[in-house]
Amino acid sequence: MIRFSLNGAQVEVEAPPTERLSDTLRERLGKVGTKVGCDAGDCGACTVLLDGAAVCACLTPAARVTGRAVTTVEGETPELTRLRASFLAHGAAQCGICTPGMLLTAADLLTRNDRPSEAEVEQALGGVLCRCTGYRSIIAAVVAAGAAVEAQPPEAPAGGIGTSVRRLDGAAKVAGDSFGADEWPDGALIVKAIRSPHPHAEFAIGDLATFRARPGVAAVFTASDIPGRNAFSVIPPYADQPAIAASPARFRGECVALVAFDPGVDPDLSAFPISWVPLAPLDRTEAAEVGPPIHLSRPGNLLVEGRVQKGDAAAALTASAHVVEGRMTTAFVEHAYIEPEAGAAWMDDDTLVIRACTQAPGMDREDTAAILGLPLERVRIIPSATGGGFGSKLDISLQPLIGLVTLKTGRPCRMVYSRQESMTSTTKRHPAEMWGRIGCDAEGRITGVEFEGRFNTGAYSSWGPTVANRVPVHVSGPYLTPAITAKARAIHTHGPVSGAFRGFGVPQGALWQETLFDRLADAAGIDRLEFRLRNALRDGDASATGQVLRAVGIHDCLIALKPHWARALAEAAGRKGRGVGVASCWYGCGNTALPNPSTIRIGLSPDGLVVLHQGATDIGQGSNTVIAQIAAEALGVPVTAFRLVGPDTALTPDAGKTSASRQTYVTGRAAKAAAEGLRTEILRRANAGEGATLALDATTLTVRDRGTTARIDLATLLPNALGYVLSAEATYDPPTSPLDKNGQGAPYAVYGYGAQMVELEVDPALGTIRLLKITAAHDVGRAINPMLVRGQIEGGIAQGIGMALMEEYLPARTENLHDYLIPTFGDAPPIESLLIEVPDPEGPFGAKGLGEHVLIPTAPAILNAIRHAIGAEITRVPALPHRVLEATQDLSPGAASDAGKGRFR
Amino acid sequence: MPDYARPQTLTDALRLMGRGRVSVLAGGTDLYPGAGAALAGAVVDLTGVPELCGLQTGHGLRIGAATSWTAIAEADLPPALRALQQAAWQIGGRQIQNAGTIGGNLCNASPAADGVPPLMALGAKVELASAQGTRRLALEAFLQGPRRTALSPGEVVTAILIPESGLQGRSAFVKLGARSHLVISIAMVAARVVVQAGRVVDATVAVGACSPVAVRLPAVEAALRGATVAEALDRVQAADVTVALAPIDDVRATAAYRLAAATELVRRAVAGALA
Repeated sequence: MIRFSLNGAQVEVEAPPTERLSDTLRERLGKVGTKVGCDAGDCGACTVLLDGAAVCACLTPAARVTGRAVTTVEGETPELTRLRASFLAHGAAQCGICTPGMLLTAADLLTRNDRPSEAEVEQALGGVLCRCTGYRSIIAAVVAAGAAVEAQPPEAPAGGIGTSVRRLDGAAKVAGDSFGADEWPDGALIVKAIRSPHPHAEFAIGDLATFRARPGVAAVFTASDIPGRNAFSVIPPYADQPAIAASPARFRGECVALVAFDPGVDPDLSAFPISWVPLAPLDRTEAAEVGPPIHLSRPGNLLVEGRVQKGDAAAALTASAHVVEGRMTTAFVEHAYIEPEAGAAWMDDDTLVIRACTQAPGMDREDTAAILGLPLERVRIIPSATGGGFGSKLDISLQPLIGLVTLKTGRPCRMVYSRQESMTSTTKRHPAEMWGRIGCDAEGRITGVEFEGRFNTGAYSSWGPTVANRVPVHVSGPYLTPAITAKARAIHTHGPVSGAFRGFGVPQGALWQETLFDRLADAAGIDRLEFRLRNALRDGDASATGQVLRAVGIHDCLIALKPHWARALAEAAGRKGRGVGVASCWYGCGNTALPNPSTIRIGLSPDGLVVLHQGATDIGQGSNTVIAQIAAEALGVPVTAFRLVGPDTALTPDAGKTSASRQTYVTGRAAKAAAEGLRTEILRRANAGEGATLALDATTLTVRDRGTTARIDLATLLPNALGYVLSAEATYDPPTSPLDKNGQGAPYAVYGYGAQMVELEVDPALGTIRLLKITAAHDVGRAINPMLVRGQIEGGIAQGIGMALMEEYLPARTENLHDYLIPTFGDAPPIESLLIEVPDPEGPFGAKGLGEHVLIPTAPAILNAIRHAIGAEITRVPALPHRVLEATQDLSPGAASDAGKGRFR
Repeated sequence: MPDYARPQTLTDALRLMGRGRVSVLAGGTDLYPGAGAALAGAVVDLTGVPELCGLQTGHGLRIGAATSWTAIAEADLPPALRALQQAAWQIGGRQIQNAGTIGGNLCNASPAADGVPPLMALGAKVELASAQGTRRLALEAFLQGPRRTALSPGEVVTAILIPESGLQGRSAFVKLGARSHLVISIAMVAARVVVQAGRVVDATVAVGACSPVAVRLPAVEAALRGATVAEALDRVQAADVTVALAPIDDVRATAAYRLAAATELVRRAVAGALA
């Protein structure tokens, strides 16, 4: 029996003495506010205080806390109270998965040093990883909490759009929110997957009867147990990925069998009867294009080739005053959200209920139903709080696996991926090999672009088609390009499945295009920012796909950077190793030339609540708050009057997926329309005009219009079938047109724009980079919530920094968070956000999407700043120190000749 | 023995260690990663033994093997120990520094152990004890290769001993990685110099993560001895650095890069120690 003080109360618990304290707290004491991100001390999410000192609970033997004091996020101390308020006021909690660890580590600091500087906060909190915020808001929150003895955080604004309303789900985030691993029914079976240790291998499963008879083994399932269609894809016509693979396995980490264990037993898979025969893998796209097809219907391993052709690019380049040619290579990038996939399943009468982290409950429901052979109505998806997604949690992961176990056994079950499982089995950013030419005339005006790229889409389709189609559409950048030929091929290999990752391939394309732009500007003898301004798209210009654009904000973004650019260049001048770089982005919001409707319902309840059925999953980006703000503004009541329901496929209409930077725009439009519908109905009942004001006090809705006042007592009205006395529902689908065979059309109804400037210092002897400042100008149309907008900018920039400087996923070599590096405190510099508002006529109150845009310019701006600093042209990311040094010093003979020749063809 | 014991005296600890197949647990920062829900097999937790924790001066410096990095970083120590303290601040984050121990860092015997070069630059010895007795080994003799040490069955590291001579002068530690926190070193260097009347009278320099075990650089040390402070950095020759190293290519960097970086890091560490 282990006895200790937990959050001030004496507790005793029976646990194995060397059990991880994190497990003891979560599994035996129900304190699930302590989050597990890696079980290796790499992420700090599980930080608790042991006698006031921060430790990783995952590295602490339970018995060691005997007689000592443990503080978790469920506890309350003066420091924690101040920190919680400050985190909310500064937007320092996005998805919330790292928040408990951050709060406790900061509490440790504040007890030692109640007025920490930014540098002291960075040093003290450096052991906790965050993938959402970019850290700056956390640093600000902790510094402010230290000084909070005198300065209380400002009052939270309650206003409508354009104000920094605090997250409506914020209180839960700073209390230890309930993620996929945090709720399960009593008696839930523990589900574990058998996964392929090889990228390509045949396998044979042996005597399952004997294994099934082992004590504690409740059930075993293989591919032959799948009752429905054992093939899924986020794009149904490409369905090719089995939930449980039959031989052969096509990538390392692929699930080939499931074992469900009784609760409380050691889930030991070591005796599972399976034998492997490794086969030669196709691991490079170049070889895969001439290799045997991984899927028989796809010769040359070509999944999709996307193309855009406008004008005669070859002729335009021939006639150009200046032409640059170059290539760029990028790596697999892992999403590295701090929450590994997790969830639970149970039966509710005939309905299979799955509660798990996700970005796309509607798609989860459709795919799971199809795999399990169930009608849609018999599957209910309840998204848990989601601890980061960034694209990877769009695809199903464990949903069909836990669904199968519960469906077949009739028993509830749960599954939590290990960090390694999460990294090996879920999707990645596509590695790209890109090459081509860009030309301009003597005045520096772009004449033509030729682009070709191979995108390693891995073993299965996932979002490969989307990437192949998005890249050619966007690879011109937000610049007027009269002639373009752009082709992007998604090619299968036996690598990890490449899917969606913040930008769908556009960040890779922008790396190629924006670095070539710097060389072209130099060739033309024009300042690099001026060169971009000269070519920036304007209202009425046609894009590469021939779409005539409106509400184009790139010019305004670049203009906003101008004074910063002049200052930064002056500061860098003559200082060794200092460099300044700039890059732009544009990005179409929503699906590419395909329908992607959202539906929102709002109801007035007899007891006077405004209930918002908000089906847009909030994975930290803030849709719970932003959609409510839009609805509140359109209805004409304060956001505080709203109560949020969902997301839940049984309770909320489908608001589509949290993807493609579409929620603020598409679901926002649906919310606006629903709120307007409800308002119209209220005004009709009150016989009031459009300018009327609404006020809700208990069950009385007061409508005032030019001196007349009408009062509606909601309690006296008859509720409809939904339980509301008044309700409205609206659907919005972006108006787009299909792309023709040359990629011409209007694939998106709304585009967002941005430009970022990076100031950095290169250590020329070591090839290391120190980022000094990033200035980010983003045209968001209308900033519905400026604090959340800044949070997106800072978080996207941090991921762009990672892509540029350190992130490279190598199967079997970087399957943890100490060999796979993401930015830490100290890797994200101060960021100045310039919010540009060029309202889009199609966006709600003019708003455009933002979530993915913010990542796109960062990496190319960093490479451009490195080139400015030391002259080195980096053509492969991440720009690890040895690659930067090789680019300058020719340390490695192979690398130098490779870089010099280029691969254009 | 039971699956888990947390003895309160060294005698008890050594007796438990003598009973065969047991693992030693201290900070847990290397033992738990890769483990399941609990550690497998019998475990002796040494963090309850007072003799193993803390720093003691007198005839040099004795650092208990189970002393945490935080305790080392925050201790009031002579400037010769600055490199060790700088390393302590950079080993993992605060959570790891609060739990991880100096003895564990040595026993884990990673080529990239940040604690090793500073200790080599101090001329550290390792004290080992078993129920049969106590012995002392030079750190260079204790570390035998990647994940290999001179520990015998039943034996534990009880202390790291810094001789009086190692407490002379000033030192500095330079760590190179691809991000700012929580990073396994691409390479790291510790240098200690003793300056009298404007001349380097003694110098010790050690490099980690560029060979199977961190190494001292005798040729560099010899070149530094006798140099004036002004000329010391020019005495650091690349050939004297690289001759001692045998780096590999890995996910963090190439071998060629490590060789080039090492010389620069040595210069910076020496400059830091002279500053």
